[in-house]
Amino acid sequence: MTELRTPVSEETVRGLKLGDTVYLTGDVITGRDEMHARAVESAESGGPVPEGIEESVLYHCGPIVVSEGSGWKAIAAGPTTSARMNSLEPEMIRRFRIRAIIGKGGMSAEVGKAMSETGCVYLAAVGGTAVSLAESIVAIRGPEWSDLGMAEAMWRFETDRLGPLTVAMDSDGNSLYENVRSRLVRDI
Amino acid sequence: MIKLPESVDQIVVNLLKAANTKLPEDIGWALEAAAGWETDPTARTQLGAIMDNVKKAETLGRPMCQDTGIPIFYVKGRFDGSVGAEISKGLKRATETVPLRPNTVDPLTRKNPGDNLGKGMPIIHYLPMDDQFTEIGVLIKGAGSENMTRLAMLNPSDGIEGVKRFVVESVLDAGGRPCPPSIVGVGIGGTADGCAAMAKEALMFPLDSENGDPILRELEEDLFVKINSSGLGPMGLGGSTTVLGVKVRTAYCHTASLPVAVNIGCWATRRAVARITDSSVEYRQGA
Repeated sequence: MTELRTPVSEETVRGLKLGDTVYLTGDVITGRDEMHARAVESAESGGPVPEGIEESVLYHCGPIVVSEGSGWKAIAAGPTTSARMNSLEPEMIRRFRIRAIIGKGGMSAEVGKAMSETGCVYLAAVGGTAVSLAESIVAIRGPEWSDLGMAEAMWRFETDRLGPLTVAMDSDGNSLYENVRSRLVRDI
Repeated sequence: MIKLPESVDQIVVNLLKAANTKLPEDIGWALEAAAGWETDPTARTQLGAIMDNVKKAETLGRPMCQDTGIPIFYVKGRFDGSVGAEISKGLKRATETVPLRPNTVDPLTRKNPGDNLGKGMPIIHYLPMDDQFTEIGVLIKGAGSENMTRLAMLNPSDGIEGVKRFVVESVLDAGGRPCPPSIVGVGIGGTADGCAAMAKEALMFPLDSENGDPILRELEEDLFVKINSSGLGPMGLGGSTTVLGVKVRTAYCHTASLPVAVNIGCWATRRAVARITDSSVEYRQGA
């Protein structure tokens, strides 16, 4: 088991091995379809991009949050299906040097290629374990781009041992999903 | 409408709260059994985290998954025309109180009204019957699993083998995206629309409820074994638990057609049913 702390360096990322179990402590940003589209669009046109995307840990998550006092509290914050972000993720990774992506279900070979070029890993959270994952979020800032709505806006989470996460795509182009898929028994 | 001991909108709030925060018992048992036979370490980690989360959600009274989905309602028995509006009222209130994530958007502008309503929402299937009760059931479908839905208009000559191939391929191609170990709803026959509806409604039935048709029971068992022998595993990360159950529903179809629909439910296939008489409301977690 590996304990990761943010900021995560390229060297640390490249040291992670497929199948490792990881718990992550520190700063995480959330982003789904709309956040990806806006970040890429804005950066391409020279527009403003919120701080904290550069070299971040990007969590594919549309949480349920409630306002509490002057801030926010996470009620449920599990991973969403990462494959929806396949088309924009290579650009995100290359442009913002994202160091780790947390999600579920894995991503395309093109995303894997961008990950190995810049030094990034894909960490699989357990889909549907939204309460456990929310419990490890100790503080929330944001949202940025609140007009996108609760699920699609960009939130900043401070986490304390977010996990368990499985290293499912490493920075050498290996994918646990592909390994499983290539060995699938299709006995029909 | 028969006189109700509790307002419909309150019953709907109760149903949505129960379905989202408490995993149906039969699915809990299936997960425990899977954890017992699973030997793959990554698979064991996934199942352990799932069961841990289920306990926390129930204890804290919180939705087990942040994707509180699109609720599909099934109304049966005696009811009048006001029931749809009452369900909408309950859904709107539950969105604030449970709370549920506001998920509904305009399909093209993607504008979100914030209350899980909007044109055509919620989806309600009505079945009027001459009983002295009203039954309201709800199935919560998140997008991860719903997006994996498939419909095939097979040739009649493809037969049962063609049906099996289509179901197995649909589940394996979905990979880890619908949050396996999943529950597979299969509709066979009817017309395209009815077939898709059957596949979804099949997910309302508890895993331990037995299919009354011996041919379908054998088909369910065969598909269960075949899919679990694939090695896809929990979350698509490998292992011997890919599905917790397979549920098949059929209807007669055109002699030139063989429609098959697959609707995958994630491990958190959330459901709840209320049977309402003039003196009581009984809640359970499956059809």
